[in-house]
Amino acid sequence: MRRVVITGAGTLNPLGHDVRATYAAMQAGRCAIDRLSCRDVDRLMVQIGAEIRDFDPLLHFGRGQLGLLDRFTQIALVSARQAMGQAGLEVDEALSLRAGVVLGTAGGGNTTVDDNYRTVFEDGKNRVHPLVVPRLMHNAATSHVSMEFGLKGPGLTISTACASANHAMGHALMLIRAGLADVMLTGGSEAMLCFGGLKAWEGLRVMARDTCRPFSRDRSGMVQGEGGAVFVFEEYDHARARGAEILAEVAGFGMSADAGDIVAPEPDGPVRAMRAALADAGLTPAALGYVNAHGTGTAANDRIEAEALGRVLGAGLADLPVSSTKSMHGHLIGGTSAVELLACLMALREGVIAPTVNFTQADPACPVDAVPNAAREARVDVAMSNAFAFGGLNAVLVLRRV
Amino acid sequence: MGLDMAYDTDDIAGAVTEIIAEQALVDPSEVSPGSTLAELGLDSLGLVECIFGIEERFGITVPFNANTPDQPEFDISSVGAIISEVEKLVARQAA
Repeated sequence: MRRVVITGAGTLNPLGHDVRATYAAMQAGRCAIDRLSCRDVDRLMVQIGAEIRDFDPLLHFGRGQLGLLDRFTQIALVSARQAMGQAGLEVDEALSLRAGVVLGTAGGGNTTVDDNYRTVFEDGKNRVHPLVVPRLMHNAATSHVSMEFGLKGPGLTISTACASANHAMGHALMLIRAGLADVMLTGGSEAMLCFGGLKAWEGLRVMARDTCRPFSRDRSGMVQGEGGAVFVFEEYDHARARGAEILAEVAGFGMSADAGDIVAPEPDGPVRAMRAALADAGLTPAALGYVNAHGTGTAANDRIEAEALGRVLGAGLADLPVSSTKSMHGHLIGGTSAVELLACLMALREGVIAPTVNFTQADPACPVDAVPNAAREARVDVAMSNAFAFGGLNAVLVLRRV
Repeated sequence: MGLDMAYDTDDIAGAVTEIIAEQALVDPSEVSPGSTLAELGLDSLGLVECIFGIEERFGITVPFNANTPDQPEFDISSVGAIISEVEKLVARQAA
């Protein structure tokens, strides 16, 4: 079977504007959750979130191009440029036909939708900007990344709520394995920290008003964030032949559907997805050195995820670090598992496990070593990243040191 | 008008009962103050919809977070408890 490795990584998220800054923030246990700055924030019941601060789009895009780019697309493009820069790929005519893009997003151009609904409904205008549709469409980020780098192979967007990026990266893996491409840019992005995007989540009554405390007994819900990450996935021999630096192997992918409740999680689906990912990687649970949990900080998710991990790991769970970096960067919805894969890469490459911050008290219902509050040094050879979406759609990736 | 109207306690009990019954897909006569939401077959999503219905009906904001099992700010242990919490919120709103 064709093997797939990561040869580039890039990100724009609340913890940092690149991978280096994100690692530094994760190692310092910095929490980027703060008061939101969006328009009409005073009409929100929940006024906290993790925003990308100090990002000036005009430093990255020309004024003409920017008119086409919703914030979720800007995030994907900035991340993709970093990843391609690190990978050092020369996209010639032959490679352009063997390279593609698959990105995840849950809300697509949510901010564009919000702004233009405001224009027609609140401001009473009868005309919107002519390019609203190409800005808001879910595949906008994928298309702009393919255009920027001339990637003419497979191109698609995957939208599975909070598991979108993991599903996208899993499909990039499968496309390369299947021989449909040699290189795939993949990951995900999200930007829905606008009034409508926040108000919709508020309605579910699962948002925390203090901060995000995954696995902590006093957790009170999730906190939204914005951002994303993009990786260069490359066929192993292709990467070796050009002497590329290999960051890790994408060893396994597993997915499942709960086929149960539209919002309430249950352990069976996550258990099957984790087992499938490990089996795909040809590994046993004992090989795991770190798990980046879905860990949203809701009462239900963390309890169910701990139970699912217990079923997969058995007694081995007690000695396995399981952290949720959502405590630092917030829940980036469709882009979250892309940024969380960075925590897995950091564990494999830097030997540092990102902590779960804001953790005050162990919860007997969540018997995991959540790496509370402080990063930890450890040699990690295999890391797993969980994503369990609303709608019961689960996606799990396993990375291995090469 | 809706928000200025003074509700007497029978109105509130009746309206809350109706909202819960509608979500539970039962006749209001089957909902008594002693009923629990679990007995009525309401899950967390049904509860969130009930809270929304109550807020819309009375023009109030209910302090409810689905992550806090014991709901210290809003007792949901029975239909009667919910009615009494809504009465308090409506009275506070009118004051």
